[in-house]
Amino acid sequence: MTDSPTLRAADTTTPPRSAGASRFPANETLTDERARELGHELGLRGDEYDAIVATLDRVPTVAELGMYSVMWSEHCSYKSSKVHLRTLDATSPAILAGPGENAGVVDVGDGLAVAFKVESHNHPSFVEPYQGAATGVGGILRDIFTMGARPIAVMDALRFGDPTVDGTGPRAAAFQRRIIDGVVRGVGGYGNCVGVPNIGGETIFDDRYATNPLVNVLAIGVMPADRLQLATAERVGDVAILLGSSTGRDGIGGASVLASQEFDEGLEAKRPNVQVGDPFREKALIECCLDLYDRDLLAGIQDMGAAGIACSTSELASAASMGMDVDLDAVHLREPSMESWEILCSESQERMLALTHPDHVEEVLAIAATWDVPASVVGEVVAGDRLRLTRRGELVADLPARSLADEGPTYDRPQQRPAWQDGYALVEAEDLPVPGIADDGDLGAFVLGLLASPSLASAAWVHQQYDSYVRAGTVLGPGEADAGVIRLPGSTRGVACALDGNGRWCELDPAEGTRRVVAEAFRNVACVGATPIATTNCLNFGNPERPEVMWQLATSIAALGEATRTLGIPVTGGNVSLYNESRIDGARADGDADPRFTHIWPTPVIGVLGLLDDASRAIGSSFVAEGDIVFLLGDETRSGLAGSALQAYLDLPLGGRLAPVDLALEARLAVVLEQAVRAGLLHAAHDISDGGLIAALADATVGGDIGVQIVPTDTKDPAQLLFSESPTRVLVSAPSRSVRQLAQLCVDADVPLADVGTVGGDRVEVQGLLDLALDDVRAAHLGGVPAVVDPSPDRA
Amino acid sequence: MRVGVITFPGSLDDHDARVAAAAGGGEGVALWHGDDDLSGVDAVVLPGGFSYGDYLRTGAIAQHAPIMAAVRDFAADGGPVLGICNGFQILCEAGLLPGALLRNIGLRFVSRPTFLTVERRDTPFTRGFDHAGPFSVPVKSGEGCYHADDATLDALEADGRVVFRYVEADNPNGSARDIAGICNAAGNVVGLMPHPEHAVDPALAGGDDFLPMFTGLVGAVSAAPATAPA
Repeated sequence: MTDSPTLRAADTTTPPRSAGASRFPANETLTDERARELGHELGLRGDEYDAIVATLDRVPTVAELGMYSVMWSEHCSYKSSKVHLRTLDATSPAILAGPGENAGVVDVGDGLAVAFKVESHNHPSFVEPYQGAATGVGGILRDIFTMGARPIAVMDALRFGDPTVDGTGPRAAAFQRRIIDGVVRGVGGYGNCVGVPNIGGETIFDDRYATNPLVNVLAIGVMPADRLQLATAERVGDVAILLGSSTGRDGIGGASVLASQEFDEGLEAKRPNVQVGDPFREKALIECCLDLYDRDLLAGIQDMGAAGIACSTSELASAASMGMDVDLDAVHLREPSMESWEILCSESQERMLALTHPDHVEEVLAIAATWDVPASVVGEVVAGDRLRLTRRGELVADLPARSLADEGPTYDRPQQRPAWQDGYALVEAEDLPVPGIADDGDLGAFVLGLLASPSLASAAWVHQQYDSYVRAGTVLGPGEADAGVIRLPGSTRGVACALDGNGRWCELDPAEGTRRVVAEAFRNVACVGATPIATTNCLNFGNPERPEVMWQLATSIAALGEATRTLGIPVTGGNVSLYNESRIDGARADGDADPRFTHIWPTPVIGVLGLLDDASRAIGSSFVAEGDIVFLLGDETRSGLAGSALQAYLDLPLGGRLAPVDLALEARLAVVLEQAVRAGLLHAAHDISDGGLIAALADATVGGDIGVQIVPTDTKDPAQLLFSESPTRVLVSAPSRSVRQLAQLCVDADVPLADVGTVGGDRVEVQGLLDLALDDVRAAHLGGVPAVVDPSPDRA
Repeated sequence: MRVGVITFPGSLDDHDARVAAAAGGGEGVALWHGDDDLSGVDAVVLPGGFSYGDYLRTGAIAQHAPIMAAVRDFAADGGPVLGICNGFQILCEAGLLPGALLRNIGLRFVSRPTFLTVERRDTPFTRGFDHAGPFSVPVKSGEGCYHADDATLDALEADGRVVFRYVEADNPNGSARDIAGICNAAGNVVGLMPHPEHAVDPALAGGDDFLPMFTGLVGAVSAAPATAPA
């Protein structure tokens, strides 16, 4: 397959006309040669530049070049992933808005609709951890309230390097702590101040993310089903009003320079590309917009994140096949000396572009003033398809809106299955040297060490820095359950959401790994008793210009589509983050030949949304009561150490084969869980995943402050029993009075059920293998993360 | 009973405080920072949040809001005033309560359940509690470390003005003498760092241990929240 842009080739036999002094001011005009050079500096390929010239039939102005470079960046245009994303099916009567909108919107009954989406802010979070993470939260919240919904919850999936590595340099603990501290403070600083509860997520530590941390933030919002706002112009003559913060020089080129390129040396120089967030302004902007929606004053609205005014104006106009005239002199600026292209491409945060009928302008401005939100009338919807921008009375850009927003380049990039995939299959992964099993070592001490390893240990250190209570809806917050649960305002109904990823599984096998991750997120939602209904996704991958990475991405997307269709949880949208690649210290000499040394693991992060008729019935993951019976629901324990946390903890090379997940059984298991929770049969449910049974037991016992005695039915392979990550297994606890009914549900649904133990006491015991004091398990589980990321003596 | 809840720019738990007032049997009334009267409410709540983004210093800007003059008059007349978290910070900045709230001792935002004892049950906000606790209530703040000089602390203790205390070894922020909440000399103005409005609903993560604060305020005969009708 060739790298084939679907672009019109420019006629290169005659040099293109310059923009001409008569039409554009002199400081905006460029020669063809200079324009091509500048385009290259801004990240435009030669053939992309040619396509711009062909579209305009002349050399672009400085402002136009700036706009195209940002709007045609990987970040904004999805040019490498679009052809694959198109295969994700999203048809379901309940889906009110699907892929391509700012967020997916699902009808949840009772006249309510729920918007949700996950988005990455990976690159900025490495360059400037606090602001990178903070503006990641701000950006996804705007996506939600742009749709008309009030944000009611956020979740975050974070991936950092290994905070236990000694020495100096970016891979070492000191550097990683700075990133971890900054990102967690940033997510909390913004979310806490804007007043949206954090209801969970995941925090993973793996050296492969040392110089490409992943910060994926999901947000959920709720609205009356009939209040859906769309990012499209409606009528000629409607007025464009810029709401929110003034436009400054921060974040210029964030989408193109930061998010669409790999990291090299020179990080400090990229700091000005990172946006700066102001959650106080965002809170005012949220209330202002919701007030405007309540009064039905807006005809369309679009948030301004990546690519700022260039993006919002062109998308609003293009979606309606209309044009727009915009007066840049009307934009409220932080610095009057800003160039036109800077105004257009600024990614200053906390801004929205709203369209309203001319009769409503005064009222919109008055409401903005009530909320102390600055507002300026900046433009007007016009007939035709041109986006025309003026500055100081002169035209600085005149282009078809659609060419920016919808007609960017699309690449079907070459793919190649990496040669190293064959090597993984040759690794013997199912027979690992566990102390006390493979030899006469101390299994108990080994298990406590594993439970304290940062990725398996409790993430309470993270969660306790986030407000999870605000807005009176949190039923189950972070760390309390397999999914966060929020009760919808004015209703007994609730939504559950889980956010999961596993880069090691996906590196080993992008197809099976992705299916497993989808299955896990689906299962986590089912564990609280919710019915999974829809999916969002954040695809974090390396450099798509490498055929091996492109193969991982395409393979993962295909599996995502297949698994979500099979499970009946359509994809309603998502986000793609590519170029998660670095050549900063620590890269090997052969790093350029083998992306494994410079790239992150391929990491699709999957968010699944579920519904509960009665949110108060949702159950957590912690054991509750002495004497409850523990069952293993779903598949039996199979070989599952390939790509496992155990394999990583033993510092063994990644390898082995992932056992395929049985999606049909997964779906039946979810039905049993949902019915059992609705009937009040269960006290707790927790899926078995990273770290296997023993990690699930640690969560359930420490969380519930009560011990457990497990009586294994089969001990012939103790390492698999304790550590296998084979899918479709859930540990549940139930009072004895529920047992008959639970067993009947399982029989009816053809879901295997095994009685494996009893809740109670102050020990965590697996008969014949392991007997740990709950106090020791608690110390390991709760102490693991702070011991390495925040070893300060003063912790309160 | 009408319980006014002031919304400052950046207030976040105003909605929750109105819900809590309703849970207690009262009516939550929205009050606006820019107004100069209290619309005749019977009690005032300054809710949690980040008024003015916590810029300058927590509560420092909000205490100058137009409505605060009315709050001062209302408090001077013996009207019940409750400051929760940022509201407590505002009351301290306004001089309605002594002391100040400093950064948490761990220098991090802390959001988790805490356990409080109710040290005094004759204020409008504690008369609904039928025993001293401890009661579970979430705390969520970055600047919740209560601080005052020793003379002030001694006077508060001597006058019985410590209303809430974190149980021993559960102090989340390094507050002096485990103080979680205090009142003025007359007992009608109460401020605390934890969030009672997040602990009024048994279906939610914060539980309902603090429902008696609102039932008591509204004047209903207080009873343990779990009491079922006969």
